[in-house]
Amino acid sequence: MSKMHIKFHLNGQEVEGLAEPRMLLIHFLRENLKVTGPHIGCETSHCGACTVDLNGKSVKSCTLFACQADGAAITTVEGLTNPDGTLGVLQEMFREHHGLQCGFCTPGMITRAHRLLQENPTPTEEEVRFGISGNLCRCTGYQNIVKAILAAAEQLNAHKAPSSSEAVGQNVEAAE
Amino acid sequence: MIPAGFEYHRPADLASAVGLLQEHGEEARVVAGGHSLIPMMKLRMAELGHLVDLQAIGELKGIEIADGTAILGAMTTQHELIEHADLATAIPLLREAALQIADPQVRYLGTVGGNVANGDPGNDMPGLMQCLGARFELYGPAGTRQVAARDFYESAYFTARADDEILTKVTIPVPAAGTGYAYAKQKRKIGDYATAAAAVLVGTASASVAMTNLSDTPVWSEEAGMALANGDIEGCVAAMLAAIDPQEDMRGPIAFKKHVAAVILRRAIDSALSRRA
Amino acid sequence: MKDEVQSPEERSAGLKGLGCSRKRVEDVRFTQGRGNYVDDIKLDGMLTGDFVRSPYAHARILSINTEAALAVPGVLAVLTAKDLEPLGLHWMPTLAGDKQMVLADGKVLFQGQEVAYVVATDRYAAADGVAAVEVDYEDLPVVTDPFKAMDPDAPVLREDLAGQTEGAHGPRRHHNHIFTWEQGDKAATEAVLAEADVVAEEMVYYHRTHPMPLETCGCVASMDKVTGKLTLWGTFQAPHAVRTVASLISGIAEHNIRVISPDIGGGFGNKVGVYPGYVCSIVASIVTGKPVKWVESRMDNLMSTAFARDYWMQGKIAATKEGKITGLWCHTTADHGGFDACADPTKFPAGFMNICTGSYDIPVAYLAVDGVYTNKAPGGVAYRCSFRVTEAAYFIERMIEVLAIRLNMDAAELRRINFIRKDQFPYQSALGWEYDSGDYHTAWEKALNAVGYDVLRREQAERLEAFKRGETRKLIGIGLTHFTEIVGAGPVKNCDILGLGMFDSCEIRIHPTGSAIARLGTISQGQGHATTFAQIIASEIGIPADDITLEEGDTDTAPYGLGTYGSRSTPVAGAATAMAARKIRAKAQMIAAYLLEVHDDDVEFEVDRFVVKGAPERFKTMKEIAFASYNQAIPGVEPGLEAVSYYDPPNMTYPFGAYICVMEIDVDTGEHEVRSFYALDDCGTRINPMIIEGQVHGGATEGYAIAMGQEIAYDEMGNHKTATLMDFFVPTAWETPHYTTDFTVTPSPHHPIGAKGVGESPNVGSVPCFSNAVHDAFRPFGLVQSHMPHDHWRIWKIAEDLGLHV
Repeated sequence: MSKMHIKFHLNGQEVEGLAEPRMLLIHFLRENLKVTGPHIGCETSHCGACTVDLNGKSVKSCTLFACQADGAAITTVEGLTNPDGTLGVLQEMFREHHGLQCGFCTPGMITRAHRLLQENPTPTEEEVRFGISGNLCRCTGYQNIVKAILAAAEQLNAHKAPSSSEAVGQNVEAAE
Repeated sequence: MIPAGFEYHRPADLASAVGLLQEHGEEARVVAGGHSLIPMMKLRMAELGHLVDLQAIGELKGIEIADGTAILGAMTTQHELIEHADLATAIPLLREAALQIADPQVRYLGTVGGNVANGDPGNDMPGLMQCLGARFELYGPAGTRQVAARDFYESAYFTARADDEILTKVTIPVPAAGTGYAYAKQKRKIGDYATAAAAVLVGTASASVAMTNLSDTPVWSEEAGMALANGDIEGCVAAMLAAIDPQEDMRGPIAFKKHVAAVILRRAIDSALSRRA
Repeated sequence: MKDEVQSPEERSAGLKGLGCSRKRVEDVRFTQGRGNYVDDIKLDGMLTGDFVRSPYAHARILSINTEAALAVPGVLAVLTAKDLEPLGLHWMPTLAGDKQMVLADGKVLFQGQEVAYVVATDRYAAADGVAAVEVDYEDLPVVTDPFKAMDPDAPVLREDLAGQTEGAHGPRRHHNHIFTWEQGDKAATEAVLAEADVVAEEMVYYHRTHPMPLETCGCVASMDKVTGKLTLWGTFQAPHAVRTVASLISGIAEHNIRVISPDIGGGFGNKVGVYPGYVCSIVASIVTGKPVKWVESRMDNLMSTAFARDYWMQGKIAATKEGKITGLWCHTTADHGGFDACADPTKFPAGFMNICTGSYDIPVAYLAVDGVYTNKAPGGVAYRCSFRVTEAAYFIERMIEVLAIRLNMDAAELRRINFIRKDQFPYQSALGWEYDSGDYHTAWEKALNAVGYDVLRREQAERLEAFKRGETRKLIGIGLTHFTEIVGAGPVKNCDILGLGMFDSCEIRIHPTGSAIARLGTISQGQGHATTFAQIIASEIGIPADDITLEEGDTDTAPYGLGTYGSRSTPVAGAATAMAARKIRAKAQMIAAYLLEVHDDDVEFEVDRFVVKGAPERFKTMKEIAFASYNQAIPGVEPGLEAVSYYDPPNMTYPFGAYICVMEIDVDTGEHEVRSFYALDDCGTRINPMIIEGQVHGGATEGYAIAMGQEIAYDEMGNHKTATLMDFFVPTAWETPHYTTDFTVTPSPHHPIGAKGVGESPNVGSVPCFSNAVHDAFRPFGLVQSHMPHDHWRIWKIAEDLGLHV
C-alpha cells in the first residue's frame, strides 16, 4: 500500500511524515513522530488513554486514521506543559491531589480535562465525572482525578480576570 | 487490532464521493465519525479497498431549523447537536438522547448520519428518528431520494440505502409545542449500548414510541403509539412488548430484556407525560 | 546557619519522612507524558512480533502453513512449536510447577492460545502476516466446567500428562486433576460439624475475572551478538525472577541477561507470570539478530494472560445457637484452565487460601482445594491481593452472612462476638498461620459509629416497609466486611517461587555531599515507591526524602529481590530499606563519635544528626558525617557510606480493615447505586497517608467492578465472551462510587517500622462488602446466596426468583 504524505500542527509545530492510509493516528504519533504521551489501552475506543485534542475536540486517536488528521491542529499532553518547562495547571493539580498512580491513563485524562475546562470552566463534580467518562483509570478510582480537575478549574478561574461566568454547563441530567 | 490496507479518499463534494463509490463498488465504504466502522476494520471484520472520508464535504454539515422542520446535515456530530441551543429548544428529545450516547470523545466525532446509516441495532439514533418521524435524504448516482426512518431499516446492518448512496440529511418535523418527550436508556456503564432504550413523544392527541437494541432493527410500533395517544399506557407497553424480539447477550437473557424493556418504556412514558404541557 | 535555629520538629518535617503526605516525585514525568513504558521503547532496527491465536478452545492442530505469511512484505519469520522444539523452548515451566506450551504443540487448550509467532518489520506487517498464516484445526470436545472436567469420561485435556499420577503438588486422581491441597484438621472439624447447634452450608463462587491493567503486557528482547548479552525490557512485576527463569530455560548465563522493568502501567498481578510472548521475542531476537518488540493487544490480554479467581468454595460453618463459631470447613474446586500457571509460592498451590478463617477465632477448621484443568486460559494470578487471599476473604465474609441468616442475627453483632480479641495476638489460626497483630473490635466499633449503623438499619427497615406497601421499588442493602489479609510473602523458610526465597532487598549509597541513591529488588507499577521508600530512609537516617533517588527494575544495578505483588513491597523491601538505613546509621554513629571525639555510646541520633548526650550543642549532621566518610581516614572504619540489606521477614504481616457500604437497588431493572462506601484500613505504620488513601480508592474501585459486573465469561464451546472493554466491565468516573477513608494503627510487631502493606486491602475487602450489600437488600425476602458478578440481570434474577416482580 503506497504511503501518504501527512502534515499537521502538533503542539504548535508543523510536523509531517509518510504513512500508509491505514496507519492509526496513535501509531503515527507514537512511532513516526515519537510523541509517546498518548498511550494505547484498549484499542476499541473505550479507555481514552490515546486521547488527543484535535481541532478543539477530544478524540481517541486509536479510532482515527492518521490521514484523516491531515491538516488538523493536534495537542497532546506534551503540549500542555508551560513554555518555561514547568507543569501546566492541570498537570500540577494532578500531582498536588494525587490524581495519578501508574501514569498510564494520565496523558489522555489530562488532555481530556483540558478540553473539558475550555468548554466548561466552572464544572460541578458531577459534570467533571460525566466529562471524563470516556477515560478509564484502573488505579485511582477517579476520586482524586476529579478533585484535581476541580482544583485546576478553580486556579484557572482565579488567574483569569473576572469575566462572565456564563459557562454553558455540559448538562448531565439526561444521563442519570 | 490492525486494519488491512486500503486507499484513502477525501472528496470535497458529494458528487465526487458518489463517483468514488460507483467507481469502486463493493470495495468502497464511506466513513463519517468512524466509531462504528474503524473498530470493525481493526478487528478485520470489515475489510475494504477504498475508504471515502466525508469530512471535507461542506454540503453534509450544518443544522437548520425553519418552518416546523429541523434539518441536520449527516456530518453533524453528537457534540454539535448537544451544543445547539435552538435545536435543544425545538426538539429537546434529540439532546436528551445524544447525551446518553457513548462518551464525550465519541460524541465529538460520532455523527448523526453515521449513527443512523450504519444500521447497527445498538445505535440510539435510528429508534429516536423513527420516534420523531424523521426522513433520511439519500444521494446517489440517480440523484436524491427520501426514505422515512420508519422504512429505512431492514435487518442488522442492512438498510434501504444502496451501496453507492450517501445519507446526506436527516429531516425532522419539529413536534408541536408542549409535546412531552423522553429518552430513557438502561446501560451497564457509559460507553455501552442500551440494554433497553425508549424514545417517547406524547402530545394531546398523538404519540410516538420507539425502542432500541431490542431487535435486529429499531422498533417503532404504530399500535403502541396509538395506545399511548389514547392514554392507554399498559396497551402501549403491551404493543411494544409484542413488537420487540431481544436476543441474549452479556447484558442478560431474553426474559430480563423484555422485563426491562417494559420498565424503561414506562419510565419514559411517565417522564414524557410529566413534561407534556 | 538556618539549621541551628530549627527545632527538631521543624527539621523532622523538612525531611518529609514517615507519615508525610509527600507529593510524588514520579508525577513530574507522568503528567507531561514523559513516562517510559515498554511500548515507548524504540531501538534501531527493532522488529515486531505478533501471535496467531487459536479460534478454538480445544482442537488438534493438523497443519500450519506459513508460506503465504512469509510472502507478506515485511514479514521476516514465522515461528511455530516445531521451530522452538530443537531449542527445548516449545514448552516452558510455569510458576506453579506445571509446564505450558509456548506455541501450540499438536493441540490447543483454550481460545486465544498462542499458535505461531510472526516476526515483521512493524506491527502492521506483523498483523498482515498473522492474517496470512493458515492453520488447519480438528476440533475436540470442550470442557469449561471444572466439575464436568472431573467426570470419568471427560475429555482428556493434557495428553502430555497421560499416565502421570503424581503432580507437582502430590497425587493426581483423574486425567484433568492437578492437585489436592489440604490444611487443618479434617476429622476434628467434621466432628464439630456433626455436633454443632447450627451448621450453615453454602456454595460460594468467586467468578473468573482479570487484572486488566490499562497497559497490557509486553517486552522488547535485544540479543547483542557481539557481546553475547541479552537485554530484556518488559512489563515485569518481578524482574530478577524473570532473569533467573530466562537463564534457566534459555541456557544463557545469568550474567549475560539484563532484565529491565521500565515504567509499568499498572500490574495488579497480571505481570508476575512469564508468558509465551517473552520467550518467542527472545528467540526471535536471537534468530534475527535484531531487537524484537511484542506488546499484547487488549483482546490478547483478556483472552490469554493471567485470569484471576475462578474458585468454587463449598463451605460449612458451625456455631452455637448464641452465635459463637465452633468450626469451619471448606472444599474448593479451583478452575485453573489449560495449564496450571498460578503465581503462588511453591509450597502453596492454592496460595494463602488457608487464611479463610478470616478475622474470627475459629477453634477448628479444615480446607481442601482441588485444582482442575479446563479449556480456558491459564493464570490464577493474585489479582491485587496476596495469593488467593481475596477468595478466602470473600468466602469467610459470605459464610458469616449466611450464618447470620441461619441464626437470625445481626451480621455486625455476629462478627463482633467472634473476632479474635486484641489480647489473643499473636494468634495461632486453626489453619496454621500466626497472625502478628490486630485490634479488630476497635476498628469495628469505629466503623459502625462512623456510618451510624443503627440509624442505617432503621432507615433500611422503613424502606422495606415502604416497599411492601408499594411506595417504592428500591431496596437498601448494607454491606459489611471485616477482612484480615496475609501479605508480605514471605519468610524464606516456607516461601519461595521456583526455589527463589521470597526475601527482598535494598541498597543505599550516601554520596559525599549528603544526598543518596537507593535501589530495591521491587518494582513500582503505580504504587509510588520512588516517593515512599525515600520517606523510610529519610526518617531512618535524616537525609531529606527530596535528596534521595530511588531506582528499581534494572537487574544489572538493583540488588536481587522477588518483586512487587502480594502487597510485599512495604513488608519486605520496605523492611530491607529500613534495615539498610540502620546499617548506615550505625556506621554514621561511629564516624560522628570519632569526629566529636567521644565514645560511640556517647552520641545519640536526633532527626538528622548525632548529638553528644547531655550536650545538644555538640553534634554532627548526617551531611557532615557523609562528607567525613569520604575524606577522613577513620581508624577501624572503611571509607564510604553504603549498605545493603537482604531482608528475610520472620513472619507475614496481617493488615485488616472494616468496610461498610450502603447500596440502593432497583428491583425492577437490577440497577444499583452505591450511596456510600466507608473504608477503614489498618495497615500498621502509615508511611504516606496520601498514597494510602489513593490505594484504597483504586483498590475499592477494582473491587466494585469485580463485584458488580466484571467477569471473564465463556460459552459452552469455550468461546471467550468478554474480550473487549465493551463487555469486560471497567467502570468510568460516572459509575464509580465516592469513598470515605479512615484508619486505625496497629503496627506490625516484627516489621522494622511496623508497616504492613495496604495496596491490596481495598480489593480484598471491598468485593465482599459490595456483594454483601446486594445480598443484604434481599435478605428479608429469603435470599441466602447468589453468585457474583451482581450485574443488572443477575440482580434482576434474584428479585424475579424471589417473586418480587409480581
